[in-house]
Amino acid sequence: MSFWHFLQLNWSELLSLVQQHVVLVFIAILVAVVIGVPTGVLLTRYRSLRGPVLGIANVMQTIPSLALFGFLIPLPFIGGIGTRTALVALVLYSLLPIIRNTVTGILGVDPNVREAAVAMGMTSSQVLRQVELPLAMGVIVTGIRVATVIAVGVTTIAAAVGAGGLGVYIFRGLRQYDNNLLLAGALSAALLALAADFFLGLLQRQFSFEAKRSVAGSTTRKLLLAAGVLILVIGGFALWRGRATSEARVSVGSKDFTESALLAEIVAQMLEARGVPVERRFELGGNLPHEAMIAGTLDLYPEYTGTSYTAILHHTPISDPRAVYEQVKQEYAAKFNVAVSEPLGFENTFAMLVRGDDARRLNLKTISDAAPQAPQWRAGFGQDFMSRADGYPGFSKAYGLKFAEVREMDLSLTYIALSSKQVDLVAGNSTEGRIATLDLFQLADDRHYFPPYEAVYLVRQDSLMRVPALQEVMTKLANGISTDEMRRLNYEIDGNKRDPKEVVKEWIAKRGL
Amino acid sequence: MSDVAHRAIVEFDNVSFSLSGTNIITDLNLIVERGETLVLLGESGCGKTTTLKLVNRLFEPSAGEVRVEGKTTTSWDPIELRRRIGYVIQEGGLFPHFTIARNVGLVPALAGWEQQRIDERVRELLSLVGLDPDRFAERYPRELSGGQRQRIGVARALAADPPLLLLDEPFGALDPLTRASLQREFADVATRLGKTAILVTHDVREALILARRIGLMHKGRLLLLETPEQFLASDHPQVRAYLETLELKGDDR
Repeated sequence: MSFWHFLQLNWSELLSLVQQHVVLVFIAILVAVVIGVPTGVLLTRYRSLRGPVLGIANVMQTIPSLALFGFLIPLPFIGGIGTRTALVALVLYSLLPIIRNTVTGILGVDPNVREAAVAMGMTSSQVLRQVELPLAMGVIVTGIRVATVIAVGVTTIAAAVGAGGLGVYIFRGLRQYDNNLLLAGALSAALLALAADFFLGLLQRQFSFEAKRSVAGSTTRKLLLAAGVLILVIGGFALWRGRATSEARVSVGSKDFTESALLAEIVAQMLEARGVPVERRFELGGNLPHEAMIAGTLDLYPEYTGTSYTAILHHTPISDPRAVYEQVKQEYAAKFNVAVSEPLGFENTFAMLVRGDDARRLNLKTISDAAPQAPQWRAGFGQDFMSRADGYPGFSKAYGLKFAEVREMDLSLTYIALSSKQVDLVAGNSTEGRIATLDLFQLADDRHYFPPYEAVYLVRQDSLMRVPALQEVMTKLANGISTDEMRRLNYEIDGNKRDPKEVVKEWIAKRGL
Repeated sequence: MSDVAHRAIVEFDNVSFSLSGTNIITDLNLIVERGETLVLLGESGCGKTTTLKLVNRLFEPSAGEVRVEGKTTTSWDPIELRRRIGYVIQEGGLFPHFTIARNVGLVPALAGWEQQRIDERVRELLSLVGLDPDRFAERYPRELSGGQRQRIGVARALAADPPLLLLDEPFGALDPLTRASLQREFADVATRLGKTAILVTHDVREALILARRIGLMHKGRLLLLETPEQFLASDHPQVRAYLETLELKGDDR
C-alpha cells in the first residue's frame, strides 16, 4: 500500500491522534508554565533555593520517559494509566527549561532599569509585573518553546500508558513492521514539533522589545492571543467531555501486541453491544496492564496463564496446564482481588518453528527430532526469548541444543528471516498468523519444557459486581477461540493489514455473540 | 531650630554606611536646603552615589539617621517616600519596553492619576525638556539619541511634581556640546520650578555651573561644603587638584 493511499484510508484516525497529541502537549505546557514561571520567580528572590530546585528539575529530565511512566503508575491520584499519568510525566519534563529560562531572564534584566523601577516607587510586585517579567518574556518564551518541542517528542511515548497521541501509530508501526504507520506517526510528530517551534518563535518575537516597531505588531499579537484562547477552549472542552462520561465506563486494556489488542477489542465490542460504555486502553507496554489493574484504573485485560504464573507470581514453570490455571486463579483472587476467566480455548506459547520443507525432508515432528540438526543450524530469537528465565538459556539446556549461530532479532522479523533462509529455526508465537501462510512448521515441545500459556481474561472482582454484563461476556467467550481461529484473526490484521475493529465485528457477527 | 527644620528638606545626621564590612560612608553631616541645587563632587567610589541612595532609602544607614522633610527615611513608607523624590540616572534608566509617554507618565500612573491627566502632563513635560510631544510620545527609548534619552529621564523624574530631585551623573554619557546645553536647560528648569536637587558628578565644571553649594567627597567623607566662589578660592589640596584639571583643559583650548 502506498503511503498516500494509507493516508487516504486512515485520515480521520490520524487526525484524531494528532488532536490527542496536541491537547496533551498543550495542557502539559500550560500546567508547566503555571508551575514553572512562579517557581522561577521565587528562585530569583531566594538564591539559596536555586541550586536544589534546578537540580531536582535537572534530574527529572534525565529519567528515561518509559521509566518515569513506570514509577508513576502505582502512585495514587497522579498515577494510573491514561492521560493523567502522561500529563504528570510531561509536566515534569517541561519544568526545567521553563524554570531555568525564567530565572535567567529575570536575572538578566539590566540592574539600572530594575533600580530605576524601585526608585520610581514601584512596589516589588509592580517591579515584577511591569518591568522584570515583560523584559524577561523573550527568554521565558524561548524556554517554553524548548519545552514544547521536547514535549511533542516525549508525548509519542505516552501511547505506552494508554494516553493516545501519535505514539500509537509509531508503536504499532514498529510492532507490525508497517512503514506507513511508522511514517505517518513520526512525520506528523515532526511536523507538529516544527509548527510549534514556528508559532512560538513568532510569539517570542512579539515579546522581544528589541525587534519591535513602534506601531506594528499589535494586530499580530491579538491574533496570537485569539489563537491561544481558542486552543485553550478546545482543550478544556476535550478534557471536560472525557471527564463527563467516565463514570459508568468499563476500562478495557491490552498489551502491546496484535493478539492482545484483538482479544481486548472482542470484549469491548461485546460490552458495547450490551449497552455498556467502554474505554479502550490498548497497547500498554511491559507490565503496565497488570499494574494499572491493581491500581484500579483498568477493569480487565487479556493475559496468558503462564505469564501470570512466572512473571507476576514468580513461580518456577511447571507443565500441567490445569495446575497452573488453578494456582493463578486462587492467588489472583487472594492477592489482587482479581478474577480469572475460563480459558479461551487456545495457547499462545513459544513455538519452535522450522521451514515446512525442512520438516518434511528430515521428517521432523518434535524438538528432540531436531536436536541432531542444531549444530548445522542458525537460530533466530527475539529479545524477549533471549532474556527471560524460561527462554533460551533454560530451553537450550533442557533439549541439549547447540546451534552454529544464535542471532538476536526483533520477534516480528524472525518469521520472514526463517522463510527466506536467513536462519533455520526461530522461536515464534504459536498463534502467529504467518505460520500457515509462510509454510512454517511448529515442532512439538515433547519434553514439556514451556509452561502452558492459556489465554484468559483477568477481571477485577468489583468490576464484575458493578457491571453484570461482564460476567455474561466472560461466560460466552469461555472456550470460544481455537488456535487456528486465533491464527487466522491475527493474520487478518498483521498479514492483510485490515482494521482490527472490522475483523472483530465480523467475527462476533459470524459467531452470533 | 524650627527655622532649620523648615528650611531643611534633607538632613544627614552622623550617617555611616557599610556594606559587607567595608565602610562606604563615614560620619556624614549635611543639610540640604529647600530650593537649592547641591552638587556632590568626587571621584568614582568616593560614596557620592551611595549618599543619594540613602535619601530615597535604596540603602538604609548603618549608623546615624537620614531625615527627609523632618522624618527619618526608615520611618517613611519607602514607596510613598520614593514617589515624592524624582530620580535621574545616567542614560536615563528608561524602561526599554515602555513608550516615551509611558516612561514619563510612570509615577503619575503608579499614583493612580486619570489617563487624561497623565497624557496632558506628559505633553507638558516633553515640551518643558524641549522635545516635541507629537514626534516623541509614541517612540521607544532605543529610537532616541543619548541626549534625548537624558531629557526624558529628567522629564520622568519631574512628572509627579516631587519637591526633591536626585540626579546621579545625569549628563555623564553625553558629548560635550549636548552636555553643556542640557546643563544650562536643567539649571533653568530647576530654578523656574523651585526644585531642590542633589546632583552627583565627577565633573568639576558641571559642579561650578549648576551648584549653589558644592560638597566635595573623598573616601566616604565630606571634605568641605562651599559655594562655587568659595570653592574656587579654597586652598584645600583636593580642590586645587580638581581646579588644575580645569586649567589644563583651558590650555588645550
